[in-house]
Amino acid sequence: MSTLHAKAAEAYQLKPEVVERHDKTFFGVREKRDRMAHALPEWEDLREAANQIKKHTVTHLADYLEQFEQAATSNGVHVHWAKDADDYNRIVLDILQQHGVKKVVKSKSMLTEECHLNQNLEQHGIDVVETDLGERILQMMKLAPSHIVMPALHVHREEIGDTFRRLIPDFDEIAKTYVAVGGSPADKNDPTFLTYVARMHLRQQFMEADCGMTGANFGIAETGDVVVCTNEGNADMSTSIPKLHIVSMGIEKIIPNYRAMGVFQRLLARCGTGQETTVYTSHFRGPRPGGEMHVVLVDNGRSSILGNEEHWQTLKCMRCGACMNTCPVYRRSAGYSYTYFIPGPIGINLGMLRNPVQYSDNVSACSLCCSCDNVCPVKVDLSTQVYRWRQQLDSLGKADKMKKAMSQGMGFLFGMPAAYKAALWMSPIVNWLPGMLLNSVLNPWAYGHRMMHFPKRSFHEIWSKELKHQR
Amino acid sequence: MKIGLFIPCYVDALYPEVGVSTYKLLTSLGLDVYYPEEQTCCGQPMGNAGFEQKAIPLAKKFDQQFRNFDYVVAPSASCAAYVRCFHPGMLKKEQCEAAGKTMDLVEFLHDVLKVTSLPARFPHKVSVHNSCHGVRELGLSSPSERNVPKYNKVIDLLKLVDGIEVVEPERPDECCGFGGMFAIEEQAVSRRMGIDKVKRHIATGAEYVTGPDSSCLMHMQGIAEKEHLPIRFIHIAQILTSNL
Repeated sequence: MSTLHAKAAEAYQLKPEVVERHDKTFFGVREKRDRMAHALPEWEDLREAANQIKKHTVTHLADYLEQFEQAATSNGVHVHWAKDADDYNRIVLDILQQHGVKKVVKSKSMLTEECHLNQNLEQHGIDVVETDLGERILQMMKLAPSHIVMPALHVHREEIGDTFRRLIPDFDEIAKTYVAVGGSPADKNDPTFLTYVARMHLRQQFMEADCGMTGANFGIAETGDVVVCTNEGNADMSTSIPKLHIVSMGIEKIIPNYRAMGVFQRLLARCGTGQETTVYTSHFRGPRPGGEMHVVLVDNGRSSILGNEEHWQTLKCMRCGACMNTCPVYRRSAGYSYTYFIPGPIGINLGMLRNPVQYSDNVSACSLCCSCDNVCPVKVDLSTQVYRWRQQLDSLGKADKMKKAMSQGMGFLFGMPAAYKAALWMSPIVNWLPGMLLNSVLNPWAYGHRMMHFPKRSFHEIWSKELKHQR
Repeated sequence: MKIGLFIPCYVDALYPEVGVSTYKLLTSLGLDVYYPEEQTCCGQPMGNAGFEQKAIPLAKKFDQQFRNFDYVVAPSASCAAYVRCFHPGMLKKEQCEAAGKTMDLVEFLHDVLKVTSLPARFPHKVSVHNSCHGVRELGLSSPSERNVPKYNKVIDLLKLVDGIEVVEPERPDECCGFGGMFAIEEQAVSRRMGIDKVKRHIATGAEYVTGPDSSCLMHMQGIAEKEHLPIRFIHIAQILTSNL
């Protein structure tokens, strides 16, 4: 009866200490976000402004995209339009092949995950190196991100140390230089030491790369600028050494101008990681002298989301990850329990928009607590959308049989007051069933609960026999 | 003032004493309280499970039974929220008169009657359970996510009770994991959420957990009993009528 999410989440519970650590880590991020939110008296006004700007922009998207293209082109940027993932992968491959690129360094981009770019390029013999530390760790471990902002926060440093020792060819030489610069790796998995190793390893990659790829947090229509926010400066390294820069940008990342940018700049890091701002906010306006800059604008289903009356507001999302951090289900089931590559409340919805039959197993992962609606900096109505998707499951052939039977049964019982009253009268009989039967696997309530005790008389009966006559 | 008493299905069957307390409390405040006997359920269990179509006939019946009262009051925040926030989307406007007048007991006492004293006495330490739909759909307290002035209507009412000590757990409005059929379909996560929540209530040193929603209390009580976690559960209506 369970969904794939429910099953994976149940397996995840087998190590309660892992669940506790995951929950505390991400709730800690939520608390940092709360401190930021409460430090700005204008917080709720900012959220409303961001909501309105995004609504305005996505409902005038064609105009802003053309404005962006025009401005970027006049800045000397090559702008490409990709209808879907295949189109996008082909455009990127063409650019790389035209330049004879053998190695690409990449800063973090969920869009490239969405389109499976890395696998595609690797099939064509191009070496792709992730440069965001978390993404690099996962790439080496052959794992997918389990969160969109902190993709490897679930990996322990012991595992990271082992991976580095195994897969970084010059690990020992780098370790020696760590001692030479005054470090002391008493603990071989000391985070500062491992970060040093990663930094030296990545520097070599930057030097060898022929192309730097970045995502885009924002595209500014008025100026044609692309804005990339990172904490590690890896986007800057990726674009400062190779002469070729390719930006991958979903079409919903467009905002009108720098006045709007000011609103989002104040919200993004505060919501995502609880920082006032990301350590680096890099603005790319054109190619470096002697270099080339390309922006690939990717649709890949976004236009059809725009036409979806019930779910178009997901296009406002700026991928801060706050909804995951606050989600009590995400925190206790972790990213890999979800079948779509973006987990948590926004991922449930984006997965359904991608393919409702394939990704319906995540729709159960919501207690409808509505916390996500209240942290979202652009006011996506996340829980309402989950509720709406649930209404679609039956027609998709994906309704849970037991839930359906229970809903039908309740519909019948509650629809006929006489039947309902008879059931009320009968209900105390449950108390006389043997505990073994009541608390058996056949009773789903008994999985986590001791069975409730039915009182002898329902309120209905107390009313009709007593209270009514006292009036 | 004519009050329609809405006693949700599971309160009717499992917690009749909560219904009785609510009735006593409202009549003690001089109100004309009536319980339409044909009422059953607001439809929320089906709606949240993805079968809103099964809930629509119940929403229609709810409106027929309750449309002529000045207010409809329920001792269950989530059910009141479903009626007020979801019935209007399920029914034609002319079929939907009761929804706008439907309130949870706490907000009715706090916002409409504006009670400033009650004869209740409850000399115990209680931990307040801020139920999600009460907080985020009905506004019974300021959601911890939002930068809005802090308030809590449940605590305001409890403070009128003589001898009581009121506390809140860490993470004061994190979900307990009930969520209707969520508790069955996602039973492992639901159980874990429940255990975490009950432990946070216990960590306050309280003897009782109280709140405006019997469904959260039912879930946590079932978990606490199965896990042998020592704390008791009581609906706020029972505390507010402790001397009646």
